[in-house]
Amino acid sequence: METENQNLILETSPADGRLAVKIFGVGNAGIELLSTLATPEFADAEFAVINTEAASLATSAAPVKIHLENKLLRGLGSGGDPDRSGALAEEQFATLKSTCAGADVVFIVAGLGGGAGSGISPVLARAAREAGALVLAFVSQPFECEGNRREAQAQTALAQLKANADSVICLPNQKIFKLIDENTSVLDTFRVTGGFLIEGVRGVWQMLTRPGLIQVHFADLCNLLRDRHAESTFAFVETAGPARSREAVEKILAHPLFDDGRALTESDAILVNLTAGNDLTMSEVSRVMEQIKRQCVRAQIIMGAAMSADFKNRLCVTVIAAKQTGAPPAPASQVAPRTETITGTSPAPAARRNAPLDNNPRKKTTIKKPVQAQLPFTIVSKGRFDKSEPTLHHGEDLDVPTFIRRGIALN
Amino acid sequence: MFDDANIIAGLEIGTAKICVVVGEQTADGAPNIIGIGQARSRGVRKGEIINHEQVEEDLRAALAEAEAMADVEIRSVYLGVSGSHIGGFNNRGMHTIVSADREITEDDVQDVTKNAKAIRLPAENTIIHAVRQHFFVDGHGDVQSPVGMVGSKLEVEMHIVHGHQNRLQNAIRLVRGTQLEVDEIVFNGIASALALLSNEQKELGALVIDLGGGTTEFVVYSGGAIRHAGVLAVAGDHVSNDLAFGLKVPLSRAEKLKLEHGSALVTEAAKKQTINTTNDLGLVLNSINAGQLQRIMSLRLEEIFQLIADDLERVGLTDYLRAGVFLCGGSARVPGLVPLAENIFQMRVMLGQAGTISGLTAALDQPEFATAIGLVKYGSLKKRQRRARPTMFKETISSGTEIFKDVFGKLLNRS
Repeated sequence: METENQNLILETSPADGRLAVKIFGVGNAGIELLSTLATPEFADAEFAVINTEAASLATSAAPVKIHLENKLLRGLGSGGDPDRSGALAEEQFATLKSTCAGADVVFIVAGLGGGAGSGISPVLARAAREAGALVLAFVSQPFECEGNRREAQAQTALAQLKANADSVICLPNQKIFKLIDENTSVLDTFRVTGGFLIEGVRGVWQMLTRPGLIQVHFADLCNLLRDRHAESTFAFVETAGPARSREAVEKILAHPLFDDGRALTESDAILVNLTAGNDLTMSEVSRVMEQIKRQCVRAQIIMGAAMSADFKNRLCVTVIAAKQTGAPPAPASQVAPRTETITGTSPAPAARRNAPLDNNPRKKTTIKKPVQAQLPFTIVSKGRFDKSEPTLHHGEDLDVPTFIRRGIALN
Repeated sequence: MFDDANIIAGLEIGTAKICVVVGEQTADGAPNIIGIGQARSRGVRKGEIINHEQVEEDLRAALAEAEAMADVEIRSVYLGVSGSHIGGFNNRGMHTIVSADREITEDDVQDVTKNAKAIRLPAENTIIHAVRQHFFVDGHGDVQSPVGMVGSKLEVEMHIVHGHQNRLQNAIRLVRGTQLEVDEIVFNGIASALALLSNEQKELGALVIDLGGGTTEFVVYSGGAIRHAGVLAVAGDHVSNDLAFGLKVPLSRAEKLKLEHGSALVTEAAKKQTINTTNDLGLVLNSINAGQLQRIMSLRLEEIFQLIADDLERVGLTDYLRAGVFLCGGSARVPGLVPLAENIFQMRVMLGQAGTISGLTAALDQPEFATAIGLVKYGSLKKRQRRARPTMFKETISSGTEIFKDVFGKLLNRS
C-alpha cells in the first residue's frame, strides 16, 4: 500500500506544480522553533503544532493545533515522560494521519529529550509515512548538562524516529559548544541551536521551492531519502564577497557538526543546496561541488542551486549528509501504546528505556563505526615515523602500513 | 689539480644516504663525472633534516671521499632539495604589447615572465624553480621564442615549483656551515629527470619517478618542458617500516630482509619459502614466510605508484607519456618493480640510466646516484649558459629552466 501511495505522489505532484509541504512543530521546543519559521518565505507551507500542554499551544500562531489531552494528565502536560505522550499520540493516530493527508513532504521539528517531542515525533513520523508523505525530521538532542535521563530519552526517541522517518537530521546541542563563546547567554545559546535546525529546514525548503539553476526534483529527493532511515548531519554556511565559493567550502569542511569533515567521508548520500543571487556563476557551483565530491567518494550526491534576488553577493550552502546504514530496521512497532504508564505506575527508568535501543540493529551499526575507524590509530605504532609529521594524503595517514589501512589480513 | 672554475659538484642530502658527485666541465661544455663520495645518512627523515649535527658529520665524510676520489677541492655545490612541502603547479602570465609596430621585444618577454611568476603562494613559501613551458602569441600556442614576432597579446605558461622557505633554509644553512658555498638549490626530481632523460624523451613525454629512502619525487616532461612535479613523503623507509610492523621484527632486521628477500611482486617460489632470522649466536629467533614479506612490500609500492598515477590522472597528463616511465632512486633496485609499475601505469616502464652524461661508468649505472649526477648536469648547463649568455632565451635548460635569481639570492642571504 505504501508503494502505491509513493507512486501516486511521484506522478501527481509535478502536475499541480507545487509541493504540499506540512511543517509540524512538536513539543515546546518544536512550537517555539516553528514560530520563528513563520516568515513570508514559508507562506506556501502549512504549519501545524502538536503538544500535550495547552499553554504552549496557545502561544503558537499555527492554523492547525492538535492538543493531545487525556484526563489523567490533568492539563499538566506529559511531565517529561515520552511514554505517556507517545501513548496519547497512538490513541490519536487516526487524527494525526488525517492531518498529514495530502502532504507530499512532512517536516517534523522537535527537541528530543523532553516528554512531548520524544514521545510524539516517532508516532507522527509513522502516521505521516502511512499517509504517503516523505518524512524528514529535524531534531535537536539535549546538552550533556541536562542530565542522563533526558539523554537516554533522546537516544531512544532518535532510534525510534530513525526507524519511522525517511531521514532524521539530528543536531546534538553539545556540539554547539564549539560554536559559541564563553560569554553567550543561555537564551542566545538556545537561539543558536534553534537557528541551526531552522537553517536545515530552510535549506531543504529552498531546494524544493526556489526556482533553480539546477532544480532538485521531488522525485530525486524521494529516491535519495525514501526508506533510508538514516541519521543525517547538516551544515549551513553563508559567505559573501568575491571569494565566497572558496570560503564556503572551507567553512563546510571545518564545520563542527561535520567532525572535521569525517561526517562527509562516512556518508553515502549527500544533498547540497546552493542559494545565491542572480550573479551565481557555474564555476562557483562547480568549485563547491568539486571539493565536496572529493570528500565523499562513495556518496550519492544530489545538488541544487537556487536563485533569490535578495541574495545579492551572498552565497548560502546547505549540506545534508546521510550516514550509511545497514539493513533497514524493523518498522514502527516499537512505539506500542503503554497504557500502564498513564495509569500512574512509576516507570522503571533505565532498564526499559534502553531495551529497545539495544534490540535495534541500526543502533549497533552507528556505534560500531567510530570504533572501527579509530582502532588503527590507537594501536598501530608508526615505528620510525612515530614522532615525525604525518604524511597525510586526502585524509589518509600514509605512514600507517598499507596492508593495515586496506584491512588485508596476513596469516 | 684541475682548474677550479671547471669543477661542478652536486650534493644530495637524502634520507638513506648523503651523496656528493664531482664533475668536470670539458672544453666542449659537456660534464664528465670524476668523483663520487657517499655516506650513510642518519639525521634525515622523509627528506628533511631532523638532526643537524649528524647530518653535518655525514656530509663531511661524503665530501672528503668525493674530494679524495676526484683529487679536487670542492668550494661550492648545487644542492638538491626535497620534502613533502615541495609542490608544483602551472601558471599563465599575460602581457599586452603596447608598442606601435606590435613587435614583441625582449622587454615584453621579461614582463610576461614576471606576470606569470606573480602568484599567490602561502606567505612562508618561496619559488624554487619557475620554468617556461611555451608562449602564446594572440592565443596561438606552442611558440618557443616570441622575440621578433608581431602580436598584440603575449602569454606564457610556466611551471612553478615552490617549497617552504624555512625548511629549504635549513639545508642551505647546514651546507654553508661546512664552509661550502651553495650555487643554487634544485628540486631533486628535476635533477633526476635531467640525468635520465634525453631531449627526445622530454619532447615525447616522460614520467620520472625517483623512489628514494624517505621521499618519492615525480616529474612529468612533455613537449620538451616540465608539466608537473610533486613529492610524496613515502618511499623505501616506509617499506622497511611496514615490514618491521607486519613481520614483528626490529627495523634493522626488516631493512636487511628487504634487501635480501624483497620483491615488488609476490613470486610463486616465495610463497613456500620460509626465512629464519637468527641472532648473533646463530639461534633461530623467528621464521618468516617470504610470500608474506613480499606481499607487504608489494602493497606499499603499488600504493605509491597508484597515488602518482591518480595524481597524473587528475591533472590530465596520463596520455602524454609517450616515452614511458623512468624509475630511479635507491628503491628502484627492488626486483619486480618494473612489471609492477607497468601494471599500474599501463605503459612502458624502464629503469633509468644516467646516459646523458659521461664519466665513471660505475656511478652512472647506479639508480641512486641519478639525482646527484643530475645536479652536476644542471650546474654544467648553468655554467655554459652563463658563459654563452647574455641572450636569455637561446639556451636555457630544457627550454627554459630559469631560477628565480632574486628570490634565490634572498634565500641565500638570509642565512
